[in-house]
Amino acid sequence: MADTGAVETLLRRIEKADDGVDSLEVATSLGVDHQVVVGAVKSLQAVGDMISAEQRSSKHWELSGEGTEIAEHGSHEARVFGSIPPEGLAQSELMVRRSIEDQVRGRLLLVQKGNTSQLEEKERNELKKRKLLCEVTVKTYWITKGSSFSTTITKQETELTPEMVANGSWKEKKFKPYNFDAMGVAPDCGHLHPLMKVRTQFRQIFLEMGFTEMPTNNFIESSFWNFDSLFQPQQHPARDQHDTFFLSDPALAHEFPQDYLERVKKVHSEGGFGSQGYKYDWKIEEAQKNILRTHTTAVSARMLYKLAQQKFTPVKYFSIDRVFRNETLDATHLAEFHQIEGVVADYGLTLGDLMGILHQFFTKLGITKLRFKPAYNPYTEPSMEVFSYHEGLKKWVEVGNSGVFRPEMLLPMGLPEDVSVIAWGLSLERPTMIKYGINNIRELVGHKVNLQMVYDGPICRLDS
Amino acid sequence: MPTVGVKRDLLFKALGRTYTDEEFDELCFEFGLELDEITSEKEIISREQGDSKASGASDIILYKIDVPANRYDLLCLEGLVRGLQVFKNKVEAPRYRRVSPVSGAPQKLIITKETAAVRPHAVAAVLRNITFTQERYDSFIELQEKLHQNICRKRSLVAIGTHDLDTISGPFTYTAKPPGDICFKPLNQTKEYTATQLMSLYKTDSHLRHYLHIIEDKPVYPVIYDSNGVVLSMPPIINGEHSKISLKTKNVFVECTATDVTKAKIVLDMMVTMFSVYCSQPFTVEEAEVVYPDGNTCVYPELAYRTEKLSSEFVNRKVGITESTEKIAQLLTKMCLRSQVTGVGDEIEVEIPPTRSDVIHACDIMEDAAIAYGFNNITRTTPRTYTIANQFPLNKLTELLRQDLAAAGFTEALNFALCSEEDIADKLGKKISETKAVHISNPKTAEFQVARTTLLPGLLKTIAANRKMPLPLKLFEISDVVLKDDTKDVGTRNSRRFCAVYYNKSPGFEVIHGLLDRTMQLLEVKPGRGEGYHIQAADDSTFFPGRCAEIFVRGKSVGRLGVLHPDVINRFELTMPCSALEMDIEPFLGHTAETLLTHDVPMQEVITHAFPTQNESRQAPASGPTSTRTVFGDVSTPAGLKALNDFLADKSYMEGFTASQADVLMFNIIPSAPSLTFCHLLRWYKHIQSFQREKAILPSAKCQFVLPASVLPDATNATSDDDDDIDLFGSDDEAETAEAARVKEQRLAEYAAKKSKKPALVAKSSILLDVKPWDDETDMAKMEECVRSVSMDGLLWGQSKLVPVGYGIKKLQIGCVVEDDKVGTDLLEEAITTFEDFVQSVDVAAFNKI
Repeated sequence: MADTGAVETLLRRIEKADDGVDSLEVATSLGVDHQVVVGAVKSLQAVGDMISAEQRSSKHWELSGEGTEIAEHGSHEARVFGSIPPEGLAQSELMVRRSIEDQVRGRLLLVQKGNTSQLEEKERNELKKRKLLCEVTVKTYWITKGSSFSTTITKQETELTPEMVANGSWKEKKFKPYNFDAMGVAPDCGHLHPLMKVRTQFRQIFLEMGFTEMPTNNFIESSFWNFDSLFQPQQHPARDQHDTFFLSDPALAHEFPQDYLERVKKVHSEGGFGSQGYKYDWKIEEAQKNILRTHTTAVSARMLYKLAQQKFTPVKYFSIDRVFRNETLDATHLAEFHQIEGVVADYGLTLGDLMGILHQFFTKLGITKLRFKPAYNPYTEPSMEVFSYHEGLKKWVEVGNSGVFRPEMLLPMGLPEDVSVIAWGLSLERPTMIKYGINNIRELVGHKVNLQMVYDGPICRLDS
Repeated sequence: MPTVGVKRDLLFKALGRTYTDEEFDELCFEFGLELDEITSEKEIISREQGDSKASGASDIILYKIDVPANRYDLLCLEGLVRGLQVFKNKVEAPRYRRVSPVSGAPQKLIITKETAAVRPHAVAAVLRNITFTQERYDSFIELQEKLHQNICRKRSLVAIGTHDLDTISGPFTYTAKPPGDICFKPLNQTKEYTATQLMSLYKTDSHLRHYLHIIEDKPVYPVIYDSNGVVLSMPPIINGEHSKISLKTKNVFVECTATDVTKAKIVLDMMVTMFSVYCSQPFTVEEAEVVYPDGNTCVYPELAYRTEKLSSEFVNRKVGITESTEKIAQLLTKMCLRSQVTGVGDEIEVEIPPTRSDVIHACDIMEDAAIAYGFNNITRTTPRTYTIANQFPLNKLTELLRQDLAAAGFTEALNFALCSEEDIADKLGKKISETKAVHISNPKTAEFQVARTTLLPGLLKTIAANRKMPLPLKLFEISDVVLKDDTKDVGTRNSRRFCAVYYNKSPGFEVIHGLLDRTMQLLEVKPGRGEGYHIQAADDSTFFPGRCAEIFVRGKSVGRLGVLHPDVINRFELTMPCSALEMDIEPFLGHTAETLLTHDVPMQEVITHAFPTQNESRQAPASGPTSTRTVFGDVSTPAGLKALNDFLADKSYMEGFTASQADVLMFNIIPSAPSLTFCHLLRWYKHIQSFQREKAILPSAKCQFVLPASVLPDATNATSDDDDDIDLFGSDDEAETAEAARVKEQRLAEYAAKKSKKPALVAKSSILLDVKPWDDETDMAKMEECVRSVSMDGLLWGQSKLVPVGYGIKKLQIGCVVEDDKVGTDLLEEAITTFEDFVQSVDVAAFNKI
């Protein structure tokens, strides 16, 4: 709070002056520092419309510390001259004159008295160069009466206090207005990861649609469940070292349901269940190889196999979990990502049913325009790529993959012949990157994440 | 997915009309292709090598079209055009025919037995009177390349060789020779090389070096000669210059050598069906004979047409449409599957041409009908499948915890499941061998050497990447780590962990500790030993000495917390103190009302495809006890098994937390795999079975569960007898101590067995009784027998010993465990004093609540 005395004096000055006063003049006439007056102006401004203050600036010249010293005692040269004793040195004999005129001091004294204008520009600049003079900009206020001018000020309260509430004194008090343009204080809080927020929403959608969550907490899978059980032939490119992470320890899986394994072997190598098969030499050694699962469909295969071991009841399953590919990495591809997968098994499901259920699923994501392209996938037939119309890009973009599991996959498991299993999958990262406007996947997933992005992330509503 | 590049104008000319890019894109979409890119040679070169190189290149517009990976018949312009023309009903699908040569015998390819060691199969055919143009020739070469890259698996399964038949003369011999013995002038070279020289020549060839590994290490290399000894090719590497085809070539000899004969036949069929269109007799292929080492002869190409019968109802039902049988036959015909209605019910006979090797099941035919019908014309329906949704309990717990941990002020991180060995071992001050980590055999970089065994390194790396952020940094993650676990079919399992770190100018152990307290509050575990949670000091090289504690929940260790070791902080390139917490959350799952889904599949008949190991046969079961008597009763009887099953209900092993000889011994005497009714026993049995290979190296047993056949019920008495006579003060006697120890173990085991059968919350006490005899002549053994004969519900006798009192008199000190509400000390004293012939008095020497 500014000195109340200064405030009151200032108010009286303003009251007397009709067309306003200059803050610097007030300060000079009161013999106080200019800053005191400025402080008074500020505090009056904060009170309301008591005064109006217009900022002005003016420039003038002032002596520097060295300059002040020279003005007082004379220039260095003059002082040297003055200190030479009359008897002098050898040089003194050369002196033509016994007295000098101290021009520097004279000029500085002029400035000190406020008569800077009597100096020539050139002289001023020379003194400035010698750092004896400096140009100072003074900001002053031209103060006039405000709309609610008065010479008395009621002190305004900043905040409501418990005492005021208790004794009711708040009724008499005036309160300082708040600055609503300022930002509030950021709350001290934790944050959920954006990708996980999106995962929560996808889980929610599946649960709303009556899908049961599959236990996908097994990153390591045998090639048997990841590929062979899905009727993916052993020479398939996806089973290459270039695409899949194999394990060196533990390198092999050692337990399989034997009956089933024999049926899988047969359908690959000889056919059966209405199929020609792939007609190649199926090797258990290849099926035993442990890998980091390349898709969660490996778990779907386990679940469907289990389902086939009991009396069949229709099921709807989903999962969202990590999968691993030994691929070339770029701005949108990592070696691991999250796969979203939905599976429905029931009697007599059609391709139309798959499209219908995809329509419902994507509608919940806010995507309503869908179309389907024939595609190829070793374990689904028919296979369809799902495209949605992107309003921003004005074109159709691929949003997922889907299909009906092949009989060569389902029948060896022991599922009834008239049961169809439809399924679809998509990645979790892609919709998240689009949702949160992230271009480089490394800023989203992994340790290089930008925590500020996590802190600032909005809640996730996929359909808006 | 393979991409085929075709010249747009050439394509449109062949299709007989022009399309706008959009129209053609639409046509592709409908047919299951994707117009991936519209470009030109110039554009490609300028993009890949810079504008300067591109100046002379052609700017003819190219369409890059993605073709489904199983449609080898669409990998060239000829095939694409044929497929699309038939699809648009412009032409009928051609019929491919194999014909005999107009004059003379068919060309012969003789396979010698030497090829068996390297590349045993070969097939061949002749394209007679073919007319090449530059475009056709380019397409012919390009198709071979596409087939090599796709179905041929980079020539490893099949390699194609095409030759100008007029430059060579049959019969041809396909043989295999040592590389030094093969010498010829390879394609596009001016001089002859031996195969050995060629292999080193092509080491630097950007294209061919990828195929060298296929035969490089073989003792013999495959090679094809004509009757004059001219080398046609050295598959799968290179053809000979001599038989090179050119624009002027009229007759082409096509051979495919292979390790997979099915694929070789498909590849040969593809080559000849695609290019027989340019023969003077279009779509005819001249046969060639292949003579096998055993003298059998086969005629190729097969060009087999197969017919399948299916009902239109099947197609309608699977697709979800209601089309007439005739309409469906028409739809299939559009897809090059010539179909007709047989008139028997709604049956359709479908002919699958040699070009459609992808059709292997009725469902493939059904899909083609759906494509021809138009996927986007199918009515979208909602299945009526009624199901109740369940969450996976572990994920449900994770989701709920995450929310509240964020509410507790910590920010969620998301790190990779794969990392370097260094991250989980060296940097944390651990040895990699201690980590139980799963190792990846083919990582491209060190970032993918192992699956993480702890979440901590990921969080520390996240902090290191965000050092510019204001302090403190408070992070958490709940996710899976991967650990080796022999009980699983794949030998590993995931474990769900919760990890949190606090990074600030002060270590903030109290913050992390507070988070633990909050977590336990959320998980409804109260502080305290016993049923609650507590932490106690522990040693861990990751943490600063004296600043690490182990977290115990209901007596079991679930994780650790503490202040990180400064070395660990430095290794993760951090500069501030840091405290961390990591624990398992699976122990908090509790029981769920819903059926627990698990990915473990039932293994009714387990085959153990054991890796042959050297010690397998060596491990004959130790000549162990043949008795089936155990502290649980006779395990050859259901009652004994039942008792053992109950004992194992909450245990993984007979004793402690690792498998030991106690498990092996028990396993060995169980006559056969227990039935499903003893589910705990069965689980244990299977688990112990998995130790078959390492059972000899398991730690020894502490307790004796299996009783030797010779042990008689009164064996203990006899021992006491001896003592009495020989050594009055001989309780330190070695033999006796050994025997006592054995008895003690047996009692303890019995006790453990008994205890386990009881509900957990029975109050019990351990009592030590002093039973004093009348004088030094009292038969102490008899007395003990009497005491032990006292039996009550809730009373279990423990070990005993004779303690000298003085003057040669000894007292019997015997321990027992009683259930408080069933057996009182008075009752016990009263019962013992009834043996007044022996017992003078009974005193309670010690009484402890258990």
